[in-house]
Order: sequence, then C-alpha cells, then structure tokens
Amino acid sequence: MSDVVEKTLTALPSLLSLDSQPGSAKLSSTAKLGNLIRGITELTSKHEEEKLIQHELASIKEQVSSPNTTMRQMRELMVRAVYCEMLGYEASFSYIHAIKLAQQGNVLEKRVGYLAVSLFLNESHELLLLLVNTVLKDLQSTNLIEVCMALTVVCQIFPKDMIPVILPIVEEKLNHPKEIIRRKAVLALHKFYLIAPNQVQHIHNKFRKALCDKDPGVMTASLHIYLQLIQENAEAYKDLTASFVTILKQVVGGKLPMDFNYHSVPAPWLQIQLLRILSLLGKNDQRTSEVMYEVLDESLRRAEMNHNITYAILYECVKCVYTIHPKSELLEKAAKCIGNFVLSPKINLKYLGLKALTYVVQQDPKLALQHQMTIIECLDHSDVIIKRETLELLFRITNAQNVTVIVEKMLDFLRLSKDDHMTIDIVGKVAELAEKYAPDNEWFIQTMNAVFSLGGDMMQPEIPNGFLKLLSEGFDSEEEDRKLRLFAVSSYISLLQGEPSKLPQRFLQVICWVLGEYSFLKEDLEPSVVLGLLTKLLDMKSSSSETKSWVLVAMTKLCWSEAAVSEAQQVAETYSSSFDTTLRQRAQELQHLSRDSQLHSRVLPPGGRLEPDEVDSSLSFLDGFVSEALSAGAAPYKPLHQRQEELSRSKVLSLEPYGLSLPISTSSCSITDRQSPTLLSTSSGLSGDGTDFSHRGSSTTLRLDGVKRVWGREGYLAQKKPVEEVAQVEVPSPLRSPSQQGDANSCRSKTPTPTANPECDQEKQQLASSLFGGLSSQSSVCLMEKSEPDIQRFRRKAKGQRSSSTTNEQRANPTVSSASAVDNLLCNNLLEADTEPINSSAKQTFQHPHSLSVANGACDAEAILTDGDPKERNQPLSSEDFVEADDSPPREDQERSKDSCLTPHLPAELSGFSHSEIIPLCSSQSLDLSACHVQTDNSVVLVVFITNTSEDANLQIQVLSEELEVFCVCESPVEEVRGRSVSVRQYSLTVKMPLVHFELVGMLSYSIPAGMPQAMMQFSYKLPLTSFIRPLTVSTEEYGSMWLAFSHDTKQNLTLIKEEREPLTATLNALNKKLSLHVVEIIGVEGLVACSLLQDQPCLMHCRVHAGRLAVWLRSPVPDLPDCLLYHCQRALQEP
Amino acid sequence: MMRFLLLFSRQGKLRLQKWFTPITEREKKKIIRDMTTLVLARQPRSCNFLQWKDLKIIYKRYASLYFCLAVENQENELLALEVIHRYVELLDKYFGNVCELDIIFNFEKAYFILDEFLMGGEIQETSKQMVNRSIEASDMLQEVRCTGTNAHPDLNHTRSIVISHVVFICLFAGVGILKRLGFWCFTKQ
Repeated sequence: MSDVVEKTLTALPSLLSLDSQPGSAKLSSTAKLGNLIRGITELTSKHEEEKLIQHELASIKEQVSSPNTTMRQMRELMVRAVYCEMLGYEASFSYIHAIKLAQQGNVLEKRVGYLAVSLFLNESHELLLLLVNTVLKDLQSTNLIEVCMALTVVCQIFPKDMIPVILPIVEEKLNHPKEIIRRKAVLALHKFYLIAPNQVQHIHNKFRKALCDKDPGVMTASLHIYLQLIQENAEAYKDLTASFVTILKQVVGGKLPMDFNYHSVPAPWLQIQLLRILSLLGKNDQRTSEVMYEVLDESLRRAEMNHNITYAILYECVKCVYTIHPKSELLEKAAKCIGNFVLSPKINLKYLGLKALTYVVQQDPKLALQHQMTIIECLDHSDVIIKRETLELLFRITNAQNVTVIVEKMLDFLRLSKDDHMTIDIVGKVAELAEKYAPDNEWFIQTMNAVFSLGGDMMQPEIPNGFLKLLSEGFDSEEEDRKLRLFAVSSYISLLQGEPSKLPQRFLQVICWVLGEYSFLKEDLEPSVVLGLLTKLLDMKSSSSETKSWVLVAMTKLCWSEAAVSEAQQVAETYSSSFDTTLRQRAQELQHLSRDSQLHSRVLPPGGRLEPDEVDSSLSFLDGFVSEALSAGAAPYKPLHQRQEELSRSKVLSLEPYGLSLPISTSSCSITDRQSPTLLSTSSGLSGDGTDFSHRGSSTTLRLDGVKRVWGREGYLAQKKPVEEVAQVEVPSPLRSPSQQGDANSCRSKTPTPTANPECDQEKQQLASSLFGGLSSQSSVCLMEKSEPDIQRFRRKAKGQRSSSTTNEQRANPTVSSASAVDNLLCNNLLEADTEPINSSAKQTFQHPHSLSVANGACDAEAILTDGDPKERNQPLSSEDFVEADDSPPREDQERSKDSCLTPHLPAELSGFSHSEIIPLCSSQSLDLSACHVQTDNSVVLVVFITNTSEDANLQIQVLSEELEVFCVCESPVEEVRGRSVSVRQYSLTVKMPLVHFELVGMLSYSIPAGMPQAMMQFSYKLPLTSFIRPLTVSTEEYGSMWLAFSHDTKQNLTLIKEEREPLTATLNALNKKLSLHVVEIIGVEGLVACSLLQDQPCLMHCRVHAGRLAVWLRSPVPDLPDCLLYHCQRALQEP
Repeated sequence: MMRFLLLFSRQGKLRLQKWFTPITEREKKKIIRDMTTLVLARQPRSCNFLQWKDLKIIYKRYASLYFCLAVENQENELLALEVIHRYVELLDKYFGNVCELDIIFNFEKAYFILDEFLMGGEIQETSKQMVNRSIEASDMLQEVRCTGTNAHPDLNHTRSIVISHVVFICLFAGVGILKRLGFWCFTKQ
C-alpha cells in the first residue's frame, strides 16, 4: 500500500507541471539525489565529503540488495550510484543491479539501467556478458524506443567476442522502416567495423545501400564508415566519387530540409565529411580530382558567412584543394583563404591559419613569405599553443641559412615549456634540425648539449643513441671527425667541471661514453683528471645506478695510465660489493682490466677505432640448429602475431569466403598487435643492423608526422615547381636584397594588428630576414647546391639500404632530401663497385638477375684449376687476332664472343627458351668446358659444352649436387669427343630441397688422345633458386584455399620500389619480371602473388603496403622455400 | 572521431563524462585530472585548442561550466567547437535557459541528450528538433505512465507500451517523414 502512495506522491509534481511548464517538468529529479547534491555542496572539506558519500553508498547498497526494492526505486538508486562514481567513489556493488535494471525494468527504467551500465562498465568487463541477452531481446522488441536504446548501448559498450551474436539482427535493422533505427544501425556497424573489421566485411554492399538511403540522416551516418574504408583503401571506392560529388552539390545548393541546417548553413557536418572523403579519393589522381573541381569551387564561393562553422568548411575545403591534383585557380582561392585565416584577429582562426600554412609551406614557400610578419608576431604570442604551432611552421621551412635562428627560437620555447609531451616533441625536432643543417661543429655540440639538458630524461632514447652513433661512425673526413670529437670532449669536460648534478641522467651517460671513447684525443688532458671528474659523478647522490654503470665503463676504457689505474682500483674496490649486480659486474671488469694492462690493451685498444659489430639479425647462424630440431620433429616456430591470429581464428568461426577474409585478417592482426610491423621489419640480415633501422624508423616517423599532413605531396610538387621558380625569381631573398625589405614593409602594413614603435618594427624585420632567409632562394638555389658542405656535414654515413627510407624525407623536404638522395645514390654505386667490380659491365648481358652468382661460380672453377691463367685458356677459343689485355672489360668481350660462338650448339629443343650466359667452367690445353642452364616451362636443364681443340678424346663427366637431383639426359657416361668439335651434354635438374643458391660439383676425367692415361679436372657451377621458380596461375579463390593449407611461412618487410603513383604495382611487376612470380590480384594496398617451385611445389606470397614498406608473408608446403624465395625478392628489389 | 567529452566546473568538479573508446578507470582519472588542470590554467584570451599527447583538446567555457572535447588529430577543430556549441544549444532547448544546476541535478537527462546527439564518437543527429523529439518521446512516456499507475496499477505495463507506441509514432513518423521525404535522389552506385 505504501508503495502505491509513494508512487502517487512522486508522480504528483510532474502531473501538476505537465501542462504549465514544460521545462520544469523535466526537472522531476528525485528528491534524494537533490538532497545528496545539496549535502555535498554544503560541505567544506574533502574528508567530510568522503564520509557523507560512504554513508550514502552504504545506504544505497543496503537498499539495492533488499528484495523489496521496486524497479522504480532501483532506478533512482542507480542515478545516485552513478553520481557517486562520477565523484570518484567506487560503487561496484551496483554494477550487477544496473544490468538487472536494464534487463527487467520497463522502458524508462531500462533507459537508466543502460545508461548506468555504459557509465559503470568498460568493454572488457566480465559482467557485460550478462547484458548480451538483454540487448538481444531489446533489439527484437516491437517497441521502437527499446530498439533505439539497445542500439545505443551496443555502440557504447559491447563485448567484442559477442558481436557475431547480434550482428545479423543489427544488419536486419538496416532495412527498418524508421530512419532513426536505420541510422543507429549504421552507426553500430561503423563501431563494429572499428573494433572488429573482419566481422562486418561481408556487409559492404549493404553500406552502399545505406549510402543511397532516401533519408539524408542515414546517408550521413554511412559516410562515417566510408571515410574509414577509404582511408584504408581509396582505390576500391573511386567509382563512388561521382556520387559523393553529387551529394555535396545538393547539400551546398541547399537542397536538404531545414532540419539539417546549422545556423543557416546546410548540414556542415555532412559537408565536411564529404570534403574529407573527396580529398582522400582525389589524392594523386588527376582524373578523379577533375570530377570535384567544380563542387569545390562552389563550396569555396558559398562559404562566405562570418561564422565559425563556415570557417570550418572553408578550412576543410582548402585542405582538400591542396590534397587533390592541383588546379591553379582553386589553389589561388585557397591561398587567399589561408591568408584570411592568418590575418584574422580571431585567435582560433589564426591558429588554423598557421596550421594550414604549415601544411602547404613546403609546396608554396611564397605563402610563408607573404605572411612573415604575422608569423613573427605569433612567435611572441602570449598563447603557448599559438607559439608552438608557429614553431612547427618554422620547423618546416628550416634550411641551412636560417637554422641557427630557428633552433634558437625552439630552444627558447623549450626553456619555458612545462608540458612534457610538447618538450619531447620539440626536443626531437631540434635534434633533427641540428643533425641536418648544423653550420659548424661548435654549434652542433652546443645545440645538442642544450637538447640533452632541456630534454632531460623524457626525450626519446633515439636522440642520444643517434648522437653517439653519429660521433662514432663519423663522416667523410677523418679530420672533421677528430675535430668534432675533440670539441665534444672539451665541452663535456667543462660541463663536468661546472655543476654536473644539474644535468639529466641521460646527458651524463652520453658524456661518460664520449669521455671514455675520445678523451685521448685531447692531448693535454690526463686520463686521471677525467677519472677524477667521473668519480665525482659516482659520488653524486642524484646519479642513478644506470648512470653509475656508464661511469664505470668509461673508467674502464680510461685506466691505461699509471695515475689512472690507482684511482680506478679504488673506485672498483668501493663498487665491487655493491648491491646492484650490474654495477658489481662493471666494477669487477674495471678491477681486472686495470690490473692487467696487457689484457686491457687487447680488449680496449687505446685510441683504437671501434669496429662496428656485425649483427646478423636474421640469426642465420642458427639455421643448422633449427633444421636439426625440425627434423627431430619439433614444431616450426610461429611468430607471435601468427599464433594470435590462429588462436583467434580457431576461436571465432570464420564464415566468410576466403577471398575476402585474407586482407582483413592481416588488418585485424595489425589492430590487435600494433607492434608487429615494426618488429618484423628489423629482421633481415641484408638490410643492415637493427639499431640503425630503429633510429631511422623513428626519424622517419618524426618526419612523417609532418609529411602526412602536407597537402598533396606527390604529383603536386612536380607540377608546381616550375611555377614556383618563376615566382621565386620575382621575390628576391630578403637576406640579400634591400628591395625585399620594402616588400616586407608592405606586408607588414597589410597586417591589421597595430604594431608598436619603429625600433620594434626594425627588430622584427631583422628577425624576419633571418628567419625567412634562404627560404625564397630555397627551391632554386639549394636544389642546385646539393654538395654544399654545410648540408651534408651532419648526415650520417649513408648506408645502401637507406635510400628506401629517404623517399619519405624526399617528400617532406625537397631541398635536403634531393641532396641526400644523391648522396645515397653515390654511396650505392660505391658499394656496388666494391662488391662486383668485374661484373658491372657484364650485367647488362645477363639474362637472369642472379647470373651474378653464376659468374662467381665460374671464378670458383678457375680457382681450382691448376693449369690456369684465364687469359691463356680463352685464347684458343676466341679469334686469333684478339689482343690480350689486362683489364676486365675486354675479358667480358671475350666471354661474350665465346657465348655467341657456343650458342648455336644449344640443342634444338632448348633453343626456344631463355638460357643463362654461357660461362667457362674449366679448361685444359685442349679441352674447354662451358655451361649454361636453360629454363623451360617445366624443367631446368644444365647444358655443358665440351670444346675439343685437339684430337679425338675419351671423356667422362659426373655432375653431382646435394640439394639437386641431377639426371643425365644422354645415355652412356663415357663418350668420345671428336677433335676440333663441340659436344653437348644435358642434365635435367630437380630440386630436392630449396636453397638460395644451388651448387653443382662436377668431375671431368679425360684422355687425349683416346686411350692415353686419364687426367682429371674439377669444376663447379652455381645457379640460383629463381631458375626453378615458375609463375603459378591461380584464381583468388584457389589462392585462398591454398593459403590456409600451407604450413611453412615467413614474414618480412621489404623495400618498395620508389614510384610516385603505384608503388605496389610497380614492385609486384618488378618481382614478376625478375623472378617470374605470378601476380594474382592487387586489391588496394594488398597484393597476392603466387609461384611454384619445379615440380609443382607452390609458394604463395601476400603483400601489403605498410608504412612505406612492403610487408610480405610467404607460405608454402615446402620447408625453407619461403625463406629462400624471400631472399631473392629482397635482392630483386634492391637491385636498381 | 571523438574520444571523450568532459564537463567540469570552474572549481574543477566533474559534471559529466563520456568516453567513446575503452579506457581503464585509472587512465580516466588521470585524464580528468590532466584536463582540468590544463584547461583551467588557460588564460582568458587564448585560443580554444590544446594539444594533449596525440589528441586535440577543444574546450569552451559557458558561464561557470567548461566543456572539453578530445578529438583525434586530423579532425577539424572548428567543427569540434561547434559540436560543443550544438550540445549546449540542445541542453538549452531541453531545459529552457540551461544553467549548471540543471546539469548537476539532471545529469542523467544530459546524458540522454548526449546519446541522441553523438553515438560511438561520431555525430548522429545534428538537428535540434529531432534530438528533442526523441528525448521528449521518452519523457512523455514517463508522465503518461505515472498517471497510468495511479488508476490501474495492474495494467500499467501493457498500457505504457501501448501509449509509448502511439507517442512514438506520432512524434517520429508523423512529423519526421513528412518533413524529410521528397528530395533525396542520387545516382545509385
């Protein structure tokens, strides 16, 4: 009875206010919550609040667990529990009741129940499983409000594993007659796509239906999904461009119902979403871009009103214009827009203007010049955010001329900055600029000192690592290296003599290392002095134990003089009983090495250059062990990501056809295991040591964060440059010509902000000229002065494979990177020249990419010859009048001529196929053995030519190989060879077990003339695995089913071929051409490739472009085949 | 995509929190602390945007209440600012001249409005009328149901469902479809 009374009472106020005041009707908050809130506001101390809330929670707890509590009361209790949680007090006892409320209550109570659940629980909470059934029930309810609520909660929190349970029902809702339900269903699917993309893969065509929905709201919702999809793979959705353009046209033209207007701007959210999609579609695609020029122009024109939302649209428009294939008219308008933003007195717009400038400044430095005075004003702005954005802009326009000023500004900012994240970011940028553009040694070391002391212990570890690497590897000139190191040593000595306790630990570690390595360079410096300084570090309270071990290591390197030894002994004594095991170990090392000077000089040669350790990161030295273990029955190793994937595959039933699920499975893998691509890519032994990569990776990501946002980096630059250069000529460098001062003046007078007295102005102008120095001349001058020593000075020694990573840099910064590309190219050439001096000219004649190693095989054969001056042996073959020469190119000619004279002897049935170059195997006075291999469609045949220049002979040839099955095509092993003729032997070869290169060893025994005592010759012949690789023509479906069946696999990241438009296609084509792999299909950023090893041993390759690299995944039923093939792919892609 | 929305007072007291991506409790606490200190420390005439880790924070102050929205880096800041503004407009329309107290005492209502406006970190419905209509549809239920209880306690459930259908159909179907039909046609596929 009391229950009814209570209900009546609570209903009364709302009843009374029902018709009079709609606003206050909604304020029917329960009195208890009100009391609670009022109670809290009256309190004065945190302690009291805590007491009150605890009391409150206790009473809530008591009530929720009482069986007499009605759902209605429960609803009120939940609201209070939510409130307590919001204040930061735990109310976990109520979670289960929230679920119960959602389950059992009627519509209103359900609503609160769902709300409480979504606020209380997170996606991985186990109680959520209890909610699944409720959601399922509500989704099927006939009450629309219940369906809405269920869809909302699904969007907020839903256990990932349970998505398949409700997916069919949500899908069904796409056809619901009510648009609000359809819209919510689309959004729920969007959410599913984000958290588990492989689950919704099969409903892509339904998304298209949603896009064409008659209700604009549903269509808008579907754009969220499309934006996501197009971000991942723009190629697949190019066909929708026209539809998106049509929609945008209608929206801009005001064809939508008034409902969608926001401050009388038609559907701004929709417009911006569409502009984003268009910019993704039009990027690097002229044809697609042309479709959208008109509507972009229209958008730019229409958005004139002075309201934030129109500025938002304009900004997106400008971004789009700069991203897609350029059109000068639009660019002009966009540039004007940027100008309006930058010059606006509204600070938010100024911020966006700076951001926009940062995006476009590399393509259009003229724009930055136009606004230089504004930029300088922003540099001194009171708002840190604006300042920071300005620095970001300056970072992009840095060059060798203005680097000192810009770095100075950045360091100034760092000194004032308190935000860790910002500090880390800017410290990284300063280090990058310093390394790239440092004008001299002193400046570089001082700047790095500032970086280390300001960056403290938060900065990325790559910076000190890179710095040390740079010091140790040095640059091109020894003398320069010495100077730099010497300067570093002296600067650190003086720092340590100052107040080392103020320096951050990382910096101290760097100092220790440098002093340990290079203090011997400073001749007037006694090691004992350095030791003294280092000991001081050890005694400092602030030093961490890590720093201490660095100190000890440095000491170990230094203790080669008498005075130093005694000091070192003392230190070692103290620390050899330290609790820290690392420290103790270092101390022991120090002790032993300082005692035994001979050992010391052997382990740490004084002044000796440290030879960099070769790191075999592919762990190839373990291959033997692995194959042993495998043959003993061990399971093959599967990388973590693969195991996870298999695990998830076994957990969730995959019902989709394979052709679709392959790309997804990898993308889902990249979601669950984000680390894997980067971890993977360090593994190749060929591509250099891991540390280098990791640094490079980080530096590229650093750069990327700018690059990504640069508008229309590809295509655009090339097109635009000529125009720019013309402009550059018109605008002379402010640094050089006085006329520019006038220009700057006029610029300033345009800015509406009132400027102070003339002196201040002059200062600013000076700053401007130093900041923007070199900018105007940048694209014309610096590009040509590639070899400018300043630019190159602090560039790390380029490694061969570095060129791959510089593609990004190239885009980021046209001036430097072109220099670095040249740098690398040169370096590459040098490297190649080192390894293959003989083959450089022969290469062109090779029919096979790996004939290179075949030629090496020939050299081997030469080596075991006893009677062998190679020049002599070739003489009988080549024409008599051939002049002997010492250098290699004529020899190539010789061989080529031999090649051509033996080619006609190729058996007729083989003449139609391509054969490798014919190379000499061995020769005696009268016999010459040459060989080549011929690749037919289904076999590889080794053809041995025996050229007999004297009388008839008897001979016997045996060809053997461990890994190949050799089958002699001819009948008898003994054969007579007539004098002055060429006879041919054929051996068909089959692979027993894949290897990167196969070696055949042969033995020739002969007697000339026939019947004479036998003589013997040995020879060897090498051929690559690729000779046995044939394209495998399969369909995508077949590929899919085969993929799953194969067990042996390997994964790696490869270099992409640098190609502007479609690096993936270009790369796959190269693989197709060089290794004859069959490209099954290219789907956006992924490609399927198949081949087979003779006979009929398939190998499948899945390629995916990821972060500028090609992530390949090979699978085959044959062990080792993926690895071997991968090696060849790597080689094929590294070759020019 | 939006990551989270926080409402807090000038004293740093949290009034509303909405997380669009799964985040642990501990992280939530840290973010709330960071946001309040960051935003409250801003000078009055500085811009409304902040960079925090890899997210962009857009904040705006309405009377004594700060609205603080975190979006991903590539999002449009001005648009995010308008998201906040539209939410305030929605609250204003619902409560009628909204003030901080409305949101404190009826925070669950504020959540309901937010859920109609944003969903899964994306804009769901930008129309003021539409959001209000769906909120009112649910609210009407409450009042209708209360009267129902009074008269026939045993029948209340069935009745509320029947009535809710009527209300819903009136509000959604009637007004909504008529307004929106009759324009949308674009090229299929």
